[in-house]
Amino acid sequence: MARYILGVDVGSTHTDAVIVDDNGNFIGGAKTITTPDVTTGIINSMKLILEKSKVNRDEIAAVSFGTTHIINAIVQRRNLGRVGVIRIGAPATRSVDPGMDWPDDLRKTVIAGYTILRGGHEYTGEHIVELDREGVIKALNTFKEMKVDAIAVTSVFSIVNPEHELFVQEKAREIMPETPIVLSCEIGSVGLLERENATILNAAVLKVMQRAIKALENALQDLNLGHAKMFFAQNDGTVAAKEYIAKYPIFTVVAPISNSIRGAYVLTKISDAIVVDTGGTTSNIGVLRKGYPREALEIEIAGVRTNIRSPDVVAVGLAGGSIVKVYGENVVIGPESVGYKLVEDGIAWGGDILTATDIALAKGVMTIDDPRCKPELARQKIDPKLVEKTYEKMVKMLEDSIDKVKTSPEPETVILVGGGSAMWPRKLAGAKEVIRPEYAQYANAVGAATALIGASVEKAFSYEAISREKAISIVVDEAKKRAIEAGANPSTLDVAEVEEIAMPYLPGNAVKIRVKVIGKLKL
Amino acid sequence: MILTTQDVRDMALGAAILGAGGGGDPYIGMLMAIQAIEKGKKVELIEPDVVDDNDFIVPVAMMGTPTVLIEKIPGGDEVIWVLRSIEKYYGKEANYVTQIEAGGVNSMIPIVAAAYTGKPLLNGDGMGRAFPELQMVTFHLIGVKATPMVLSDERGNSVVLDTIDNFWAEKIARAITIKFGGSAYIAIYAMSGRDYRRGVVRGTPTLALELGRTIREAKKRGVNIFDAILDIVKGFMIFRGKIVDVARFNLGGFARGEVTIEGFDEFKNSKMVIRFQNENLVAIKDGEIIATTPDIISILDIETAKPITTERLRYGLRVTVIGIPCDEKWRSEEGIKTVGPRYFGYDVDYIPIEMRIKRV
Repeated sequence: MARYILGVDVGSTHTDAVIVDDNGNFIGGAKTITTPDVTTGIINSMKLILEKSKVNRDEIAAVSFGTTHIINAIVQRRNLGRVGVIRIGAPATRSVDPGMDWPDDLRKTVIAGYTILRGGHEYTGEHIVELDREGVIKALNTFKEMKVDAIAVTSVFSIVNPEHELFVQEKAREIMPETPIVLSCEIGSVGLLERENATILNAAVLKVMQRAIKALENALQDLNLGHAKMFFAQNDGTVAAKEYIAKYPIFTVVAPISNSIRGAYVLTKISDAIVVDTGGTTSNIGVLRKGYPREALEIEIAGVRTNIRSPDVVAVGLAGGSIVKVYGENVVIGPESVGYKLVEDGIAWGGDILTATDIALAKGVMTIDDPRCKPELARQKIDPKLVEKTYEKMVKMLEDSIDKVKTSPEPETVILVGGGSAMWPRKLAGAKEVIRPEYAQYANAVGAATALIGASVEKAFSYEAISREKAISIVVDEAKKRAIEAGANPSTLDVAEVEEIAMPYLPGNAVKIRVKVIGKLKL
Repeated sequence: MILTTQDVRDMALGAAILGAGGGGDPYIGMLMAIQAIEKGKKVELIEPDVVDDNDFIVPVAMMGTPTVLIEKIPGGDEVIWVLRSIEKYYGKEANYVTQIEAGGVNSMIPIVAAAYTGKPLLNGDGMGRAFPELQMVTFHLIGVKATPMVLSDERGNSVVLDTIDNFWAEKIARAITIKFGGSAYIAIYAMSGRDYRRGVVRGTPTLALELGRTIREAKKRGVNIFDAILDIVKGFMIFRGKIVDVARFNLGGFARGEVTIEGFDEFKNSKMVIRFQNENLVAIKDGEIIATTPDIISILDIETAKPITTERLRYGLRVTVIGIPCDEKWRSEEGIKTVGPRYFGYDVDYIPIEMRIKRV
């Protein structure tokens, strides 16, 4: 019996679904319109691909979702949980309270209350001061009375020594066993406020993720896919099982961006390149390194600074639906977009809004497989001089963005993916070759469908207290444990990356070690 | 004047420009100052002219590693302890606090100190910019000693150092900072009002404030952001272009390196190389030196004018480079010896930027 994987990716304009076989071969793809609730669009796309592909549903072993449930909930402040925040670090850290630099409305929605307790560690792993154990118990009882939805705990240098966060977890399980608790040492990196922010946000979206999982489980049942295992795409271009993502939903917050980059690799087998993902509203330009998205060390989520790892991309408001405005001699392209209404409002569809796609159609660089689309309308209605000028400017904007993600002037391979990618030329400044692979419009969903399980762990050590080999093996073991928890088949685990960063100006050879482990899905 | 939280945000942005690429990210310090003001503490900024000869002036700052500062954020009481200790050692009460360094994170710490202790903050500092070493202070030029100095931690430990010279002060202070866990609050170069008035670089806090406010408002007012900045600091736009190379080498604990910028617009077909060591130190255009330390060389984002610190320089950034004349005090023989290009290992004479620009 063949085994297939269904992948779904939610974009700002379209939700795409694909089916691949277990060797990663493309079987079929479908595009639907993204819906405000996200879930309906996902269900529509799955229905469509199941009808189109005629794959036997019993043979679909897994479904993998790259979704915007989490980022939407945070941006729209919808259905967010109320979080009891415990920080351990007093007498240090009291000069900047938890949530202080958040947008006011988000802070009021999410942070039910906070306390800063005595404890935490130095970079050496020694105590700053003894942990205020009674304070922990008192705080948990207060949060229990307040009926908070979740607890978020952040202790100073917990990535060197998580002891105090683990104590809070142990007590929380006694005092309020029903309430989930999130530890910062499992979420972020060095940088107390950014790690604490990510931990609180993770706690706030636990319920959102639970609901999404429940709704998608029901949808799979209805589609006779109840037997399929469910995975979610993560920010780093890997996936994890639903049970794992239910605990760490923040790891999915920008996953769709990584899906496209990863998908570009799967479709081309080129492991190092620049990826341009052009949708309806935005082009995201990212970098493939060894088959995975190059990562940024920090990301701002809805105005909140965090240090969760995320794809390092330049986003530019220049895509298929971008509106073109003419002011005398000056032409402005985007960032406004007609989005999915391109097929009603675009000139080539008989509408009266000039878009980037119309320019590309008039220029004759692309064709669109849609009987309603009439390129001749674009050619007749748009002044050829305007076409030339605008297209030249669009290409220049893209080339500048490509240059911004580079780390050197060396020309690189550029891979074009996404629904709007057909509008680009096959020659670009700074590119040694420009490739638009077959199924480029489905790269994002392909990325979700073909991704491997991944887990990363970061810890800090002093090489005076522990040998380098021992320190690395501790982190590797923990990353492997988490990869298995995330749904990897233990016999397939592979250490994809070991990163050592010296912490400057500190004695005792203080280093951060980060390990990423990859494995195949356990089906 | 009484500082508002918006003033503090503006000052942090301006301080990053005066930091000349170094001085550390003022972000945490800015949040500390804002929280203090939000909780009802008052920060009064006062002109140095009001200082009496016999007043006791205490500059405060932080020392330590950036990694520790962003993880073990200060508690807030350190500023009270550090002042109390130095007052006890000298046997007199501090009348004012002040900045030792106008650029980077240390521009913010004295605001926090003023907020928590109720002492007014003086409108001046000891550099007019950022520098990496303890003796690189205008007060040093007039013979003020760095010690007796005090170091305090968040637990309430305080150490008084009374050393034979600044070299020993630096050496012992570093060791204590490590024992504190990698960071410490310090009170240093404590001095009389008379010395302060002689040694101070005047008006830097309000200069930073004005810079930050101008950048924030320029967009709204539709004025050219860089013209507005240069007008305020009486500086020069020395280059515009794209970063095409960043080379870094770690030498003697300092982050040294060199950034190459390829020009565009009026600088098309030109190249600028800027050498840095924590701060930007020498700017060379097509082989000719355009600016050197102690004049301030700042690299700003070409659109937003946000300053880019040396650790964040990377290929592809579009930048405008500006040069700002340093305070006259640095242009003395002793000043050039202390912070001129030769001190940092560049075998060139210091010539004030306005003279170099004229000659080009």
